[in-house]
Amino acid sequence: MIFNWLRTLQLGVKSLLLHPLRSLLTVLGIFIGVASVIWLLAIGEGISQEAQRQIEGLGANNIIVRTVKLPSEVTASMRGTVPHGITRDDFERISETVPTITRALPIRELRQNFGYAGRKLDGRLVGCTPEYAEVTQLKVARGRFLSDSDVSKKHNYCVLAHGTAETLFPFENPIGRSIHVEEAYYVVVGVMAKRSPTSGIGGSLAGQDFDRDVYIPISTLWSRIGDFIITRRSGSFQGEIVELSQVTFRIDDVKHVMETATLIEDLMQRHHPNGDFGVTVPLELLEQARTTRLMFIFFMGLIAAISLLVGGIGIMNIMLATVTERTREIGIRRALGAKRRDIIRQFLIETISLSIVGGLTGVLGGLTCRTIIDWLRQLATSAFPQVIDQLPDVIKTVHPIIVPESIPLAFGISVTIGVVFGLYPAIRAAQMDPIEALRHE
Amino acid sequence: MKPAVSVQNIFKLYEMDGETVHALNGVTLEVPQGDFVSVMGSSGSGKSTLLNLLGCLDRPTSGDIYFGDDDITQLSDNQLSEIRATRVGFIFQSYNLIPQLTVLENIEVPLFYAGGVNTKMRKRSMELAAMVGLADRIKHRPTQLSGGQQQRVAIARSLVNDPYFLLADEPTGNLDSATTEEILELLTNLNKQGKTIIMVTHEPDVGNRTKRIVRLRDGKVASDRELEKMELSNV
Repeated sequence: MIFNWLRTLQLGVKSLLLHPLRSLLTVLGIFIGVASVIWLLAIGEGISQEAQRQIEGLGANNIIVRTVKLPSEVTASMRGTVPHGITRDDFERISETVPTITRALPIRELRQNFGYAGRKLDGRLVGCTPEYAEVTQLKVARGRFLSDSDVSKKHNYCVLAHGTAETLFPFENPIGRSIHVEEAYYVVVGVMAKRSPTSGIGGSLAGQDFDRDVYIPISTLWSRIGDFIITRRSGSFQGEIVELSQVTFRIDDVKHVMETATLIEDLMQRHHPNGDFGVTVPLELLEQARTTRLMFIFFMGLIAAISLLVGGIGIMNIMLATVTERTREIGIRRALGAKRRDIIRQFLIETISLSIVGGLTGVLGGLTCRTIIDWLRQLATSAFPQVIDQLPDVIKTVHPIIVPESIPLAFGISVTIGVVFGLYPAIRAAQMDPIEALRHE
Repeated sequence: MKPAVSVQNIFKLYEMDGETVHALNGVTLEVPQGDFVSVMGSSGSGKSTLLNLLGCLDRPTSGDIYFGDDDITQLSDNQLSEIRATRVGFIFQSYNLIPQLTVLENIEVPLFYAGGVNTKMRKRSMELAAMVGLADRIKHRPTQLSGGQQQRVAIARSLVNDPYFLLADEPTGNLDSATTEEILELLTNLNKQGKTIIMVTHEPDVGNRTKRIVRLRDGKVASDRELEKMELSNV
């Protein structure tokens, strides 16, 4: 029995090798189909995992409340500078009344000029608490980050971001030196490691470049700089009264995140009917990203399925031609005792061999996805730098991640296609009248 | 002893363009074991139809065909395939070898459909190749052989399953006279060893080399005569 199958297989391979180019082209159809299934799924997975990683970076347990600048049409009618955004009262109220909040991280950030020994840098001054480093995944490179006592004692200490340190202190160790901010000096206690910038997520959070930051205790910022900030822009002064730029609340359990978010929004809404705040719930984004991912996989799968279908039609086409071409052989075999199922088996084995070879090479082709995409990107970047510059970040940075399930899936589909599309030609061959087939020239 | 093949009053009707064609019109024929029969007749006489029926490639409209004790007219397509594989040895006018197979593989094709090839059968295939004088050509392809050699491969193939009888359809129709002689000699020798042979031919010279000539005309047996004595007296 096994011997017969082997014999049929050997025979099939022999027949296929009679037309090497034809067989190769047929295999190519399946190869492209299988490889594209793996590729498309890998690219989809790469993009969605990147998005998911970013959102998870915000923390699934977190709720982020931000100060939103009122549109100028609203503020124009008001006289003087109107305070807006989250206030310390809001912060206290929410932290104390909402029981599911385990930790609250207030941040006040503003554009500032930093100076040291004649060197200047326009960067971001961030007033924060010690948890900031952990929440934003910043690592200390030298010295330390801010401590609780820095905050409670309103120390005039600061921590520099990697880029800030490099600009202000290109040659010396910044620790222990004092940098100049506004009218005051701050002693550098630490330098952070380089961190890649985050890109904005779905428009609700702006991207952040952590490279030109200076971190000081938020209490120090409040007492030394205050809430009223004047910025000079193209000759005119602009005042701004903001107490907190952002507060990140950590919730005790992921299950409570959604209801707490509604609660916080209600509390904020009551004191800020003008809507000068925004609430971002990473968990919600995460769920959106999951839905998007499913859609993505679905469409990618659809495209891949179409290419496999085309490959399958290619197989069927070739097999129909082969059956016609080998009508006489079918007649001879039938006359010599081949049953219908023997003929079906013979042709089916040929199509399955084609699709298995296509499937295996397709899997190999699929596995090279990452290398080839990196290579293509490099090639494109050196050949058309302007074009590549204009492409969205997603395309520039995507790292395909091969979904392990896609390999057996793609292979299985290719074999199934071999069977499905090979069956009709095989049955047609078997249904031939042996007498007619023998007469065929 | 039972006849090897017995045909009882068979009819074969075809529908062609709305008209019924009587290809066979009540043919009765008995072929004893060890016989060597030529079936002759002009085209349209029904000899091809008879050959297809005897070769189990087709079923009669009515009447019965017996191979020994077994009535083969009511068998299913699968059963007929099995009979073709095990009991009938086909020899065709155009040899009908499979071009992508070697000589030895061609000889083994019927074995393959009769249950598989084992080493004992492989040995038998080699012996048959030697018997038809092609022992040194078993690795060749049919296209590398002459017509006579190809027909000898076909004869070896027809014998490989030790069939009940050989069914030859104009086996010398494509061959020159010298090769025809070789093939007829081979068939005569097989017959002398006891093989029953039924051969369709339209060449009187070929027909005369057999033991018995059955002539068909308009789907009926027109004449049926023994030749053996005449042939013997000629020698």
